[in-house]
Amino acid sequence: MNQMMLDLTQGMGRSLLIFILTLIFSLPLGLLVSFGRMSKIAPLRWLVKIYISVMRGTPLMLQLMVVYFGPFFIFGIQISNDYRFYAVLIGFAINYAAYFAEIYRGGIESMPAGQYEAAQILGYTKVQTFMRIILPQVIKRILPSLANEIITLVKDTSLAFAISYTEMFFEAKAWASKESNMFPYLIAAVFYYIFNMAVAIILERIEKSQSYYK
Amino acid sequence: MKLLELDHIQKTFAENEVIHDISLSVEEGEILSIIGRSGSGKTTILRCATLLEAIDGGEIRYLGETAVKAVNGKPVFAAKEEMKKIRGYYGMVFQSFNLFPHRSVLQNIMDAPLLVQKRKKNEVLEEARKLLAKMGLSDKENAYPCQLSGGQCQRVAIARALAMGPKILFFDEPTSALDPELTGEVLKVIKSLADLHITMVIVTHEMQFAKDISDRVIFMDQGVIAEEGTPDEVFNSENQRMRDFLGRYSSEGALK
Repeated sequence: MNQMMLDLTQGMGRSLLIFILTLIFSLPLGLLVSFGRMSKIAPLRWLVKIYISVMRGTPLMLQLMVVYFGPFFIFGIQISNDYRFYAVLIGFAINYAAYFAEIYRGGIESMPAGQYEAAQILGYTKVQTFMRIILPQVIKRILPSLANEIITLVKDTSLAFAISYTEMFFEAKAWASKESNMFPYLIAAVFYYIFNMAVAIILERIEKSQSYYK
Repeated sequence: MKLLELDHIQKTFAENEVIHDISLSVEEGEILSIIGRSGSGKTTILRCATLLEAIDGGEIRYLGETAVKAVNGKPVFAAKEEMKKIRGYYGMVFQSFNLFPHRSVLQNIMDAPLLVQKRKKNEVLEEARKLLAKMGLSDKENAYPCQLSGGQCQRVAIARALAMGPKILFFDEPTSALDPELTGEVLKVIKSLADLHITMVIVTHEMQFAKDISDRVIFMDQGVIAEEGTPDEVFNSENQRMRDFLGRYSSEGALK
């Protein structure tokens, strides 16, 4: 029993690590991807469009397998055990960046032209305009959609079990078959739920902090 | 020295708003109003002059320096450093205010002087407060635009433009988004600027206001200047298009 709780807690820690690192990488990456998606350069725009389409059109579980086994099967590179964790991060980051990119794009395209024009007349550079005027308002606008994806990410971390990364779901599954009962799954469910409650509360706070203006 | 010169400006859109060969100049300290019906190209003139729209033909100069010149129908802008200087010459007040909603009144006014002009914070704060006092908004410095009325927003926008110390201020239908009640307070503020001899170009539908405030009035019709002169000359013109246009306004009671 104690060993099980210990394993599940450790798994939880790893799930949390995937969650945090995925956000750290995919939130900025998604912004870059959205710029590519809105680029004036047609070939870049199309390339990014295809990337987003593939990321959203195929299962994340399959993408994780491609990232993890691809180097060996495609290029014959011997993969080390450490690579498993990196493969999880790469898979999650590039998948979530695609979703975030479309959310950013929606937010950026919804901004009224007048905000850019006012900034231009006042002499702001393009970078200053984006960072000081556009992005803060975009973030407020997209927070509800971002929150949806972020909550989905909490649950999606369980997909890392597909390439045998020992996050919480992997541990729960292992303990369930060992003990032949549902109890480990129940604990996992409670863990995920608490995890998501915490995430939801934090996101709500952030949303509230932006409610001082319309 | 002419502050602004528009030299044979042409602008064509895919839609029907078009400017055919317009030339005009603005002297330092002059107040010029541009009137005309919707779609006559008056807003487009301002947007070309402020470089928000690129011209298809002609040349725009500020203090004799070329800001943009169309070569074979393609606009060629001044070099980067030159442009930066030229952009500092003018300010603009928009019909829809375009305040930054996520920033307070004071931040809206102070941000560009601090960030773009890199001026000292104390100095900018002092000036911002003076401007707000002049606008009658001293008690609103920490408010956000969404907490203000349209008239108050427009007055903040005017203060924001003035804080940059422009040589010329453009107004694009500054009261068109306001109820009649709020229109008065904004017009009063603009009139007070006239007393300070700030050069202004005002696109407006407020005929009485244009008549009172302007040194010169331009009546635009179908993308050309149909009538130009002192308020007396223009408002008493025998030009049929001008008469038709004014007729509509006087029948609405806007021109007493």
